[in-house]
Amino acid sequence: MADTLTIVIVEHDKDRAIAIVDSLRETGDHDIHVLAEVSGLARSVMRLMPDIVLIDVANPSRDSIEQLALASGPLERPVALFVDRSDAQMTKTAIEAGVSAYVVDGLQNDRIKPVMDAAIARFQMFQRMRTELETTKRALEDRKTIERAKGVLTKHRGISEDEAYTLLRKTAMDQGKRVVDVARALVTASELLP
Amino acid sequence: MSHISISAGFIPLVDAAPLIIAKEMGFAEEEGLKLELRSAPSWSTLRDMLAFGQIQAAQMLSPVPIAASMGLMNGIPPLSAVMVMSVNGTVFGVSPKMSELLHEQGFGFDFKDAQAAAAALAQLPRPLRIGVPFALSMHYELIAFWLSSCGLVEGEDFTISAVPPPLMAQAVRNGDLDAYCVGEPWGSVTVDTVGGALLLPGSEIWSAAPEKVLALRQDWAEENPEAVARLMRAVWRACDWLGDEGRRMMASELLSAKGYLDVGPDLIDRSFTGRLTINESGDTRQIDNFVRFHGSDSPFPWKSQAAWIGERISQRLGLDTDTAMSAAQEAFRSDWYRENLSEMGISMPRSSSKLEGATPEPVEASGTGSSLILERNVFFDGKKYDPAGKSA
Repeated sequence: MADTLTIVIVEHDKDRAIAIVDSLRETGDHDIHVLAEVSGLARSVMRLMPDIVLIDVANPSRDSIEQLALASGPLERPVALFVDRSDAQMTKTAIEAGVSAYVVDGLQNDRIKPVMDAAIARFQMFQRMRTELETTKRALEDRKTIERAKGVLTKHRGISEDEAYTLLRKTAMDQGKRVVDVARALVTASELLP
Repeated sequence: MSHISISAGFIPLVDAAPLIIAKEMGFAEEEGLKLELRSAPSWSTLRDMLAFGQIQAAQMLSPVPIAASMGLMNGIPPLSAVMVMSVNGTVFGVSPKMSELLHEQGFGFDFKDAQAAAAALAQLPRPLRIGVPFALSMHYELIAFWLSSCGLVEGEDFTISAVPPPLMAQAVRNGDLDAYCVGEPWGSVTVDTVGGALLLPGSEIWSAAPEKVLALRQDWAEENPEAVARLMRAVWRACDWLGDEGRRMMASELLSAKGYLDVGPDLIDRSFTGRLTINESGDTRQIDNFVRFHGSDSPFPWKSQAAWIGERISQRLGLDTDTAMSAAQEAFRSDWYRENLSEMGISMPRSSSKLEGATPEPVEASGTGSSLILERNVFFDGKKYDPAGKSA
């Protein structure tokens, strides 16, 4: 089919790569390659002569691919890759979602867009998952800190756990701080004392 | 004075120091800025963060704003280099295998003589595969300038490819690279982890190479003159602070923190003191001028230096040189530098362009205020560069 695009995805996490490939498959019968290697990346990308290359903005290997966009740019066309030039807003959205795209010169916008929309949606989902994971992790750590601070108070002031928590909360409110910040300060201070 | 919020991006390198010091030592605060620093994973991503407004300022490879001005990066708006944040600071090194071959040749590793180093490299198996952090970097331009001036041909005798610095050591270990040019601490990391050997500091190719600039998006800078002025003053003061040798240890400590470089302070010390460990056996070399942040002419965005970079890029990409040189000079905003920093009592050079490579020793020159010192500025081949008359 004429609409078939050759797409290269640079991603070393296998699960993420599969998820991206799946979402791109829904936009057409594309020829999709996943590259995970770190060294020799530019060479491998060039060999595949892709229409579109997708890579996580957090991946340092982006700088290797960027060279393809430049070195072959002004002189040769066949393998020229460009940062997407068709639509600044789309590029901005993509970068905010965490994906950067290199698109071969001359490719029509209506052929790029469905692929980019799918990639952006997928990366936004990755981002949400990462945020949720971090939030959960932080909440857990906060709870541990507060438990330890309660322990310090019950031991040193001979009060109950509930009273300890009430005291922490009151102190936090009086000082305009978060409970966990007061708890952390208390734990740190108690570690310095005999 | 109400504070202005600015987010600035950096790459975890020793020469991110001016931004980190501007924040940590309170210069930004004193200038009425709420400065937030964001670490970026790669130069392309840092550039995009700046181009698409996620940050307002960035530590940037000096050729990047020039290339943007030359129209080499599609979709990237004009970027302005308002100040040079660091001069020099890169090292050129070779893989353990190449180091062995050089030893067999009887090469002395004096870490000084660029001509002799190029002659020795010419005896190695070709093409010599060299890694640099980014295709638009002083690293690239210095290496290509040095080796081609010594008669080696890019593409035949040597190739240059972009490898992210944190992956450089691994690329050497995998046998994908024979040599590399990289900023610190990554050159030292290569020595420490995979047995690379350092051959030359970048300063022996050009002793006054503008390495990193403070880059802003041109349209944002035009719309926010007060924020630009405050940021430039804060960063200039940080550069000045870094010039005092007595503060090196403290600077190393501050930079080594987790949110910044996240490596041991001893590794950072090597750059600040210019005492580099050049091989696995622990041999060291002392380099004056290894990386410089301060000095009366260093932070000035010289049009002549922009022209040199523009000309180099245009020649290797086969573009029109005159167009490239004038586009390059537009990216270096010496006018804004004068406008925003004059009131601090800094003496400004009378001209924004000078003969490059013409001061083998620091010399005193007349400035707008008191006199100013032009730091040591020589090319390895002793030639001078005059942007008006091209290479003299």
